[in-house]
Amino acid sequence: MAAPWASLRLVAPMWNGRIRGIHRLGGAVAPEGNQKKKRTILQFLTNYFYDVEALRDYLLQREMYKVHEKNRSYTWLEKQHGPYGAGAFFILKQGGAVKFRDKEWIRPDKYGHFSQEFWNFCEVPVEAVDASDCDINYEGLDNLLRLKELQSLSLQRCSHVDDWCLSRLYPLADSLQELSLAGCPRVSERGLACLHHLQNLRRLDISDLPAVSNPGLTQILVEEMLPNCKVVGVDWAEGLKSGPEEQPQDTASPVPA
Amino acid sequence: MAHTGRTVGRLGEGDWDGKVSEIKKKIKSILPGRSCDLLQDTSHLPPEHSDVVIVGGGVLGLSVAYWLKKLESRRGAIRVLVVERDHTYSQASTGLSVGGICQQFSLPENIQLSLFSASFLRNINEYLAVVDAPPLDLQFNPSGYLLLASEKDAAAMESNVKVQRQEGAKVSLMSPDQLRNKFPWINTEGVALASYGMEDEGWFDPWCLLQGLRRKVQSLGVLFCQGEVTRFLSSSQRMLTTDDKAVVLKRIHEVHVKMDRSLEYQPVECAIVINAAGAWSSQIAALAGIGEGPPGTLQGTKLPVEPRKRDVYVWHCPQGPGLETPLVADTSGAYFRREGLGSNYLGGRSPTEQEEPDPANLEVDHDFFQDKVWPHLALRVPAFETLKVQSAWAGYYDYNTFDQNGVVGPHPLVVNMYFATGFSGHGLQQAPGVGRAVAEMVLKGRFQTINLSPFLFTRFYLGEKIQENNII
Repeated sequence: MAAPWASLRLVAPMWNGRIRGIHRLGGAVAPEGNQKKKRTILQFLTNYFYDVEALRDYLLQREMYKVHEKNRSYTWLEKQHGPYGAGAFFILKQGGAVKFRDKEWIRPDKYGHFSQEFWNFCEVPVEAVDASDCDINYEGLDNLLRLKELQSLSLQRCSHVDDWCLSRLYPLADSLQELSLAGCPRVSERGLACLHHLQNLRRLDISDLPAVSNPGLTQILVEEMLPNCKVVGVDWAEGLKSGPEEQPQDTASPVPA
Repeated sequence: MAHTGRTVGRLGEGDWDGKVSEIKKKIKSILPGRSCDLLQDTSHLPPEHSDVVIVGGGVLGLSVAYWLKKLESRRGAIRVLVVERDHTYSQASTGLSVGGICQQFSLPENIQLSLFSASFLRNINEYLAVVDAPPLDLQFNPSGYLLLASEKDAAAMESNVKVQRQEGAKVSLMSPDQLRNKFPWINTEGVALASYGMEDEGWFDPWCLLQGLRRKVQSLGVLFCQGEVTRFLSSSQRMLTTDDKAVVLKRIHEVHVKMDRSLEYQPVECAIVINAAGAWSSQIAALAGIGEGPPGTLQGTKLPVEPRKRDVYVWHCPQGPGLETPLVADTSGAYFRREGLGSNYLGGRSPTEQEEPDPANLEVDHDFFQDKVWPHLALRVPAFETLKVQSAWAGYYDYNTFDQNGVVGPHPLVVNMYFATGFSGHGLQQAPGVGRAVAEMVLKGRFQTINLSPFLFTRFYLGEKIQENNII
């Protein structure tokens, strides 16, 4: 942060603008960042006083609880309006966008409000879901998996989607044709391994996954696993030094032809 | 106060001159200018009193410690001490484990334990969150387990899958054609049916779980001690049963913890002892007097847990099965799984009773792989005919010779010793559930969430085996 805030270190880690989820509070790091972990006054106090530690622990648990609240299962809505309506409502409430078959995309505006017209045609199956930047986690996928005829799913930059969530996507195998996981910080090659159930997939986007240890090799293995699918996102030369005569940095990746 | 294992004579005995010189030394050391070492440094010793002493600091012991602290009625209500003989965990089953978790058991209790463990591992960063510590990355591979059954086992597999589905596990049955379709590298000769776990099954890094539990448990206030339990002091009480038969009930009130490479020991006064010593649980039970009595009686029933050595081999096979490979358990008992991205695989096989290796050390038997494991692997996966073994290691199962399932709960005669051991190769995957069950038994007196009463010690005396159909 800029210099004027340096004197307010006391409040920096907790009330610094928007609290971006449990990662900030737990001192936990997204794989990208925070190499320089500076000890703030709060961390110093935590090491010396049980009360401060208990308070920070409580706040951490509360952050996690908030994510769970957002991801509860809308079973009552499903009974009233059917699976497509409940699933669409869940996505829209999280901030994503929904497209019913033969209709236009429904998106919430910047205040989070969205048009309620879709309740009228909630027997129409949902064709595409754009859940980018949403806080969907493993439990929230319950609502998503109800959309049996989903063709396109975009989970870009979802910070709570991890390998466990990917292992849950197999019920959509019959219909899912397009899946995008670009920018999800917790998805690794181990989660990508369980996408082999989705044999109807035609386009898979796995670019910019920081948790994948070896992007080039992973892309090759995923392409072998899903022969009919176009796997997008990773440059083959990634991880290799420039110039074909030099030794590749990572001996596991093949040298491009 | 530390005891040096040497009895000092009382008044009237012993050397008077020696005592006088010692007193003179102490007075001199108080005077200014000398280093005062009246009080000895006992920081390496465990405390003198502890409510619960957990013998064994592996994943089961730490899980019990965690749940005891989690379920206690008031913050700081229970003092827990974990005694672990080897803090490097060089021979502990946890660190050497293959790290698999699956729900494909035949007993409903086992399935429930595994399901709970899967949800524990999934939410591990909520359960084991410590302020200012980085989140745990368990490296979980959700690739599932694929169990293959021959003709004669197919019916048993079907009924098992029915029970598993009833408990909520997501398991699908596959015919040989479907198998060939999904996994073209498999040779389905001799396979009549296969069960494939779709969710909540796979393998993970057990060391990470252990360190995460350790970190969390230390932040909750559990004390650790590196030492070996050498003695239990207990008090007995003679009571009459309802049929007027005399029975002797024992209560352990002191545990002697001996320090590493020294004769120094510390008596720890305790209320409850938890036996989570894994492969060495029977030695701890013998120290408490379990099994000392005429055979065939409850007093004479020993804890039937013994260490069994199992080898795991790592090999490289460039044309082997791809990224989607689950942990495949063959009809012959051989199993394998992928390891990492680089065409490495690891696996092994449980030897038959006659082939059991000597558990005296952890030396790997490479001939066993050549003769007994490789032929089965090559038969099942033709690509494995050209594999090359890279390395191998061995670990112990805490093998329950009675029925290969765990022992949980109190002993009927030594009333304050609780067992959490004997899981014969699936202790790691059931540790969170078992820890919670033992903590409930200790704190509330009964199993509340998962009913593990079939796993109590009394079944060894009554002869009620609860057999599991497939053991990897």
